[in-house]
Amino acid sequence: MSLMNIFDIAGSGMSAQSVRLNTTASNIANAESISSNTDETYRSRQPIFAARFQDAMGGGGFGGMQGVVQAGQGVEVKGIVESDAALKMRYEPSHPYANEDGYVAYPNVNIVEEMTNMISASRSFQTNVDVMNSAKDMMKQVLSLGQ
Amino acid sequence: MAIDLDKALGTYANALTLRSERAGVLANNIANADTPGYKARDLNFHEVLKSRMGESSGSLELSQTRSGHSMSLLQPDAINGMQYRIAAQPSIDGNTVDAQVEKTEFSQNALQFQTAFTMLNSRINGIRTAIRGE
Repeated sequence: MSLMNIFDIAGSGMSAQSVRLNTTASNIANAESISSNTDETYRSRQPIFAARFQDAMGGGGFGGMQGVVQAGQGVEVKGIVESDAALKMRYEPSHPYANEDGYVAYPNVNIVEEMTNMISASRSFQTNVDVMNSAKDMMKQVLSLGQ
Repeated sequence: MAIDLDKALGTYANALTLRSERAGVLANNIANADTPGYKARDLNFHEVLKSRMGESSGSLELSQTRSGHSMSLLQPDAINGMQYRIAAQPSIDGNTVDAQVEKTEFSQNALQFQTAFTMLNSRINGIRTAIRGE
């Protein structure tokens, strides 16, 4: 039943958006985290989204499921990558972690970017919740057919 | 006079199924609103409904000249009446989902689902009244 499918799809969207919200929270929380070693300094983390496709062997497609609309399987997080943008160097000569030139390496987190990311993620999450609610209503309606 | 149940229910049973399938397609577009490279898909409701009711859909179809030609391999999406949406403003990462358009289509589809449901329900009630003869 394809209405059941909508729950999976919207659920995958919600889980992907919450991963995105998680990385954003982590980035903002660590925006000022410094380390004695620049290699260990926190770097901005971003999730990679990818569309999830039908399993060619199981889900159909080849012959067996002809005439049935294949909606797709929603979205998945392929992985989380660290940004390779340059670290922010601040001149703080009195800081214990300052290098020979007096600079301290701060994470390459862009707060403005993270805030917009956060808003976008929470809006997308809400939309997926709405979709799931509509699907639930449609399903309840079908259950009352002929009553 | 025999009552043919399939005929009595009309197109609404098919329409209801197709509406729920289309809701899945649109939900998938919405879920992938932030996926780079994702192309929004939709199905041509009237064409697909026509072809399910056994009428020719009028769309261009590849001819199968040998028995080994599998339509599902040649046109995995087109065989189900799926098409790609033409985006007014495709984003730079190759995503063609317009969240507003998809949301509008989804709620419109949900409303039309409700319409098909109401019509189907009234048909069923009509048949029930005929059976009871009250």
